[in-house]
Order: sequence, then structure tokens, then C-alpha cells
Amino acid sequence: MTPGFVRKADVALTVNGEPVEATVPVGQHLVDFLRLELGLTGAHASCEHGVCGACTVQVDGQAIRGCLMLAVQAEGTEVWTVEGLTEQAAITDLQDAFVARNALQCGFCTPGFLVAAKDLLAMGGVPTRAETREHLSGNYCRCTGYEAIIDAVRSVAQARAAKGAV
Amino acid sequence: MKASAGGYARAESTRHAIELLVSADGQGRVLAGGQSLVAALNMRLSSDDLLVDISRLSELSGVRDAGGTLRIGALTRHAEIGRSQLVRTHAPLLSEAVRYIAHAAIRNRGTIGGALAHADPAAEFPACALALGATLHVEGPNGARAIAAEDFFESVFTTALDEDEILVELSLPKCGPGDAQVIEEVARRSGDYALAGLCLVKRPTAYRVALFSVAETPVLAQRCMAALEAGDPDGAVEALRAEISPPSDTQATAEYRRHLAGILLRRALARLQGDRS
Ligand SMILES: Cc1cc2nc3c(=O)[nH]c(=O)nc-3n(C[C@H](O)[C@H](O)[C@H](O)COP(=O)(O)OP(=O)(O)OC[C@H]3O[C@@H](n4cnc5c(N)ncnc54)[C@H](O)[C@@H]3O)c2cc1C
Ligand code: FES
Ligand code: FES
Repeated sequence: MTPGFVRKADVALTVNGEPVEATVPVGQHLVDFLRLELGLTGAHASCEHGVCGACTVQVDGQAIRGCLMLAVQAEGTEVWTVEGLTEQAAITDLQDAFVARNALQCGFCTPGFLVAAKDLLAMGGVPTRAETREHLSGNYCRCTGYEAIIDAVRSVAQARAAKGAV
Repeated sequence: MKASAGGYARAESTRHAIELLVSADGQGRVLAGGQSLVAALNMRLSSDDLLVDISRLSELSGVRDAGGTLRIGALTRHAEIGRSQLVRTHAPLLSEAVRYIAHAAIRNRGTIGGALAHADPAAEFPACALALGATLHVEGPNGARAIAAEDFFESVFTTALDEDEILVELSLPKCGPGDAQVIEEVARRSGDYALAGLCLVKRPTAYRVALFSVAETPVLAQRCMAALEAGDPDGAVEALRAEISPPSDTQATAEYRRHLAGILLRRALARLQGDRS
């Protein structure tokens, strides 16, 4: 190995609020690390080249593509997946709205949509339909046709805004 | 498919990153936002690369006002550029371009330096750099040099960067009073790479028109610019369509791209009119 470079690296990060230490092959992306090493199978590995959004997770407060970040790059970061967000009840209203509006069928895309939608909702206010579509344009759903997903996300934005207003 | 990388090193400074590239002896590959490179690794388009991760180098990130110019660090993320008030004031072309680039989650990681160094002919930022007359600042084992955007983009995914050089910053002339900057593009879906795109920069006595997704590199439409300066918008559209020779591929035919280029110029000019009234 060329001096200075490694094939495996030690990483220490926080996943869903828990400290995690591991040794990872440097080519392994974050979603494989979460799924294969930590058993967190909520985020999915699908296209693995950034197109479908099924791998979306939150790193240091932002939604990112889990397949386009290497696990070794997650050193020192705070990672949240759909499992942790569910446990923290951070997205319960969003999940309830997805169920109420039939915003999922097979559910494969749902963890990615939830994290992407959480990102949008965190910006505050009530995004327009166009803004909602635009924000979720990087997430593919092969089942629902999207309308119900947009409805669900907007209904949560409206409900949260109404709550904030009282 | 699963990524394959020959090795990895996290750079502690720009100097360290350059040393790592030198020691990698041609196998080195700078890793910035990873939004193009990790996708390529996953598809095994590139393997055995020795990755030099510069993504932690805060010295390479951020936007600053340097008097006559605006300076943008190579590691500044697309999303940060979209939010930056300095960019909105002094280089509104870049602020507007951000919303055409990929999707929110990708914009949270992708960097402007990565987009320029990647040199995808369909990418927005390279054409913006060309339209704005940006200077790209690079550092390597033999020191620093500055490369004009005109000389930086050489071919598809190929730039004037040497294999052990790093793009550290770009500098741009500021948008002056009475200047206007607009970008227009056509893509099949929001966030897709453009079928054709156009940046128009109007300065008091000059126009600059740069196109993307119509050639192997972003291109300046010189004859179109001359016609605009002569006050002949119809002639400019004609000149533009005549001077580009876009490719045909599965996305669009050459003829369709040429047609779009003219439409995009008309849209951009209409927006300039709108700005004035
Ligand atoms: C689904 C999808 C859609 C996309 N759509 C668009 C789009 O519409 N428009 C668009 O412009 N882009 C698009 N992109 C690409 C995105 O903008 C990338 O962020 C960008 O092309 C590369 O930036 P990066 O920081 O991620 O670079 P990386 O992926 O880390 O690197 C890309 C290349 O540049 C080199 N490099 C990076 N930084 C430097 C540096 N400072 N000095 C020297 N070399 C360097 C690397 O070695 C590598 O060869 C899309 C990406 C995806 C996955
Ligand atoms: S698996 Fe990451 S975007 Fe498809
Ligand atoms: S619910 Fe099946 S892919 Fe979206």
C-alpha cells in the first residue's frame, strides 16, 4: 500500500444517538455500513448512484444520499436513520399522514421520502405544492404516483404551522 | 454494484493533500463532495483509485468579498452557494444555477470545485464560470497558478488540472450596477442534467453567452455575443444556431438541441427586457 493510504479505516460516529465504533473497508458506502454492519435496514440501497433517493439518511442535520458518502467519511458525524427518527417520535405526524393518505404501497421508497420530507419541513412554513414536488424530486416511488405523498407532506406542514400559530 | 477503492487518506491540509497526490503517483483521486466520484466508484467506472479526501478542509470552503472580486472556495457546497447573500448580490447567476443542479440531498454534499473539476459538459457551474469570466486558482507541488475559465475546460470530464493539482478557489468579477445575469435550461425532469442550457451575462458594453450540454465542453458563443453587442437579437439567435454543433444522443438530437439553444437565448433576452421595465 502506498504510504499514507489505507484499505480499512477505524471510524467513530453517532448513529441514532448511540456512539458507534467500527473498522470499515474504505470503499464501503454509508448505507451498506448501516445495513450490513449495524443491521439498520430502514434506509435502502437501490440504484447506488444517487438517482433514486431510497438511501436518504440524515447526517449532521441534513438529508444526504447514503450511497454517495463513504462510511469512512462519516467519521465524527451524527447520523439519523428512519429507525432512530421513529424512536425519537421526530416524524410521527409525518408517518401518520403517510398512512392516512395512502402515501405508500410497497413502502420501499418510504424511509427515503420521510427523511427528505423532514428536511423540507424543517425549513418551516407551508411549502407550495410546486416547492414540495421540487424538494422531493430526487426520490423515486414506483407505486403511488406521488400525489398522495405530496398531499401527506403538505398536510403535515399545514398542521404544524397551525399549531405554531396558536 | 459495490464501490471499489484502492486506498483512502484523509487530508489534513491542502499541502498534505498535494503530498498525498504526489505519493499516489498518478493513481490519486481527489474526493470532495463525492456526488459524482462515489457514484462512479459504485459503478466501478473507476477502481483502484487512491482517494485523497479533502472534504474536511475548512480552509477551502466559503465565500468572501475580496474587493473587486468575489472568491469562492472549491469546497463550498451547492446548497451553501444557493443560500449565500454575497453570491446573490455579486454573482446572481450562480444562485440561480443552483436550483437546476440535481436534488436537495445532492446539493447538500456536492461542491462547486467538484463540479468544475468534474467538467461534465452538461453541468451548470462550468458554463457559469465561463460566462462570468471566472479565474480558477489551483495548487500543486510546483506552487500555485491561476487558469482562466476559457482555458480550463478541455474536453468531456477533462480539465487543465494536472494529476497532482487541486482546485482551491475561483474568483469572479462582481456583478456591477446595470449588469444582468440569467440562466435558462431545458431538462426532462427537475434535477436532471440539461438537454441544453444557456448563461447570459450582460455588462455595460458587452455580452457573454455560454452554453452547456451542446458540446464536449461549455462553450462561449462568440458570434452570438458580437450580434448582441451590435444590437441585433434576431441575428444573435441565428448566429448562435449556426455556430454550435451539438451532439445527438439518446436524450436529444443535434437539431433539437440547436433549436433549444435559440429558444433559450430568446427567453434570456426577454427576461433582460422584463428586468428593465
Ligand atoms: C442524480 C444526480 C444528478 C445530478 N445532476 C446534476 C446536474 O443537474 N447538474 C450538475 O452540474 N451536476 C449534477 N450532479 C453532479 C453534482 O453536482 C456533483 O456534486 C458534482 O458534479 C461533483 O462535485 P463533488 O464535490 O461531489 O465532487 P466529487 O464527486 O468528489 O469529485 C468529482 C471529480 O472532481 C474531482 N475533484 C473534486 N474536487 C476537486 C478539487 N477541489 N480539485 C481537483 N479535483 C477535484 C474528483 O477527483 C473527481 O474526479 C448530479 C449528481 C447526481 C448523483
Ligand atoms: S440508492 Fe442512493 S440514490 Fe439510489
Ligand atoms: S411505495 Fe413502492 S416504491 Fe414507493
